Amino acid sequence: MTTATTTSPKPTRRSGGRPVREWWSTLNRFQQWAVLIPVVVLIYLLPVLNPPILTTEPGFDFSIAMFEVARFALIAIGLNVVVGQAGLLDLGYVGFFAIGAYVAALFTSPDSVLAKLPFLVVLPIAMAITMVFGVILGTPTLRLRGDYLAIVTLGFGEIVRLLADNIDPLRGNRGFQEVGAPPGTWSDGSAIFTNTDGKPWYWFCVTIIIVMLMLVGNLERSRVGRAWVAIRDDEDAAQLMGVPTFRYKIWAFVIGAAIGGLAGALYAGQLSFVNNQKFDVVTSVLFLCAVILGGSGNKVGVVLGAFVIAYVPLRFLVIAEYKYLIFGMALVVLMIFRPQGLLGARQHLLAYGRKVYQRFLGRGESVSGDSPLTGEHRNGGKP
Amino acid sequence: MPALFLAQDPWINFDVEALGEQFWFNTVEGLSQGSIYALIALGYTLVYGVLKLINFAHSEVFIYGAFATWFTFYGLGFRPGSTPDLPIFELVGFLLLALIAAMLISGGTAVILERVAYRPLRKHKAPRLAFLITAIGASFVLQQIIFIWRGGNAEQAIRLMRPEEAFQIFGAGVTNLTIIIVLSSLALMLVADTFINRTRIGRGIRAVAQDPDTATLMGVNKERVIMLTFLVGGLLAGAAALLYMMKIPQGASYQGGFLLGIKAFAAAVLGGIGNIRGALLGGLLIGLFENYGQSLFGGEWRDIVAFVVLILILMFRPTGILGESLGKARV
Repeated sequence: MTTATTTSPKPTRRSGGRPVREWWSTLNRFQQWAVLIPVVVLIYLLPVLNPPILTTEPGFDFSIAMFEVARFALIAIGLNVVVGQAGLLDLGYVGFFAIGAYVAALFTSPDSVLAKLPFLVVLPIAMAITMVFGVILGTPTLRLRGDYLAIVTLGFGEIVRLLADNIDPLRGNRGFQEVGAPPGTWSDGSAIFTNTDGKPWYWFCVTIIIVMLMLVGNLERSRVGRAWVAIRDDEDAAQLMGVPTFRYKIWAFVIGAAIGGLAGALYAGQLSFVNNQKFDVVTSVLFLCAVILGGSGNKVGVVLGAFVIAYVPLRFLVIAEYKYLIFGMALVVLMIFRPQGLLGARQHLLAYGRKVYQRFLGRGESVSGDSPLTGEHRNGGKP
Repeated sequence: MPALFLAQDPWINFDVEALGEQFWFNTVEGLSQGSIYALIALGYTLVYGVLKLINFAHSEVFIYGAFATWFTFYGLGFRPGSTPDLPIFELVGFLLLALIAAMLISGGTAVILERVAYRPLRKHKAPRLAFLITAIGASFVLQQIIFIWRGGNAEQAIRLMRPEEAFQIFGAGVTNLTIIIVLSSLALMLVADTFINRTRIGRGIRAVAQDPDTATLMGVNKERVIMLTFLVGGLLAGAAALLYMMKIPQGASYQGGFLLGIKAFAAAVLGGIGNIRGALLGGLLIGLFENYGQSLFGGEWRDIVAFVVLILILMFRPTGILGESLGKARV
């Protein structure tokens, strides 16, 4: 229920970060790059600089902490496609993450009976296999809506975990040792990608994130992205207007799953160990926290949310024990006061519309940044 | 290669013989576990019927009742271990005491949950997804409170009642515990059903379920009805918690409610969420399926059976066997 043109601009408390956004949208492409490139360079340099306030040392290795943050950011970007873009609440995303990790382990660890493949070859295989699982899960379940979909995906996540417990070749609690890593050695002959040094992993992951942001950004601006926005705002209306909703929901699910699988494979590689202990529902909800907290539907927002979720317990080890309590409370409070997250979603189509409007009439008017969490049933009617 | 990998050794077997042999035993077991699921499922069903909200934190409401039971027994001087030999009057007295404690704690938790987490959302006219996410957050908070207080290990259940075989059905022993569990949950379900269908407050609940706005116009206090719905669900969850602590071996742990809650929700959906009789039917069916599945595939597949059943039901019959009906007008 996004109102494209309201003639009377009313002050709305749901428009966080608007000055920054407006400033950003007034820059041209070249100026945007001029701002972005130094920021990206700074992001790459983070683990080397190890800035004093941001550091997690002593207590936790900063470079590994940064990899954790990057891994969470990648997961959040993937989950954002499902939850933020298409408005499908997926509580079993950890299932895809687990499948990716297990695929990486099965094809690279000496504990597995399968053929050994190089790690970099396994990454696309992991994505492909999670995509297949995305279709397998999505086809029957995506006919459900809202709460039911959430519960079914939750069940799926649990089934994946329980299968890892019970299927013997997946080695349950014993797990897989020595999961592979990308090749390469430093000049002194020692391997670049080890599980004690997070820096190369961080750089690798950040590169993947940048590529993924570009791909997902392009998707968002494409016909597919428009269809997703339409579906999350009002599925029935979208269907009536000729959007094949089911197909686009499957697309969202599959693309999200692939990114989750990729993150899982990276995680397995960095840790070089996979067993059944890391893939419970609580983790899944933590992933969801990252997306909701940052502002579902907003790429920058979910990266910010992932940063908060991953970084805070590692920085303040005292509260690490209470992290689920704190994030649980944060979810409740956030839903009451700011249901769209820290940075709410904005719609590009509307943003362009506003630009045109500004050019012709010389003043801005309010465009509500509705996310799927604020979009429906705002009129207080029957759900 | 992958085919070889999966054929490595049979990681799942279909033991049809065991299913046949243990059929009656599993039926008895399934009915007694199922009646516990049914009591919890009622909480999901009532709240869903009235608010169209899956109260994700209901499993924590239940586990608070389980802890209340445990602490009552502990406070009375009992410790985990062998079951004491109690005279019947004392036994009944202690069980009643624990029942009251569990119902009070669970009911109270449910009402506080509604006040603190859901009511502000209703005031803001929040969308439904916000309710679900709040429910997940609240469930986290309730779980972690227990975790911080009691740690990660389960409290070993304190048993006051020794299961003794009362009679046999087709070679399967029925214990006095099973009889008590099935009968008391049936009685509670009956009370709940009567309460919803026959009393003034129950009529209010049905009215709000059917159409909140019109019900308000007709003089029903919506907020009070919603609070009462949560209270009834909580009370039943408390009773279920006592039965659970008398029977299920795991005892009370901070995460203990999760799996049970999901199964109870599956039960509610199976019967038709929002439908009280559906919750009973669904609970018993889930209990039975689970036990038959355990015989057929082996014990470690038990939980998977529940999840698969949930997914299958939602795929083929999203409104359950009896359909959603709390809101339907019945004369």
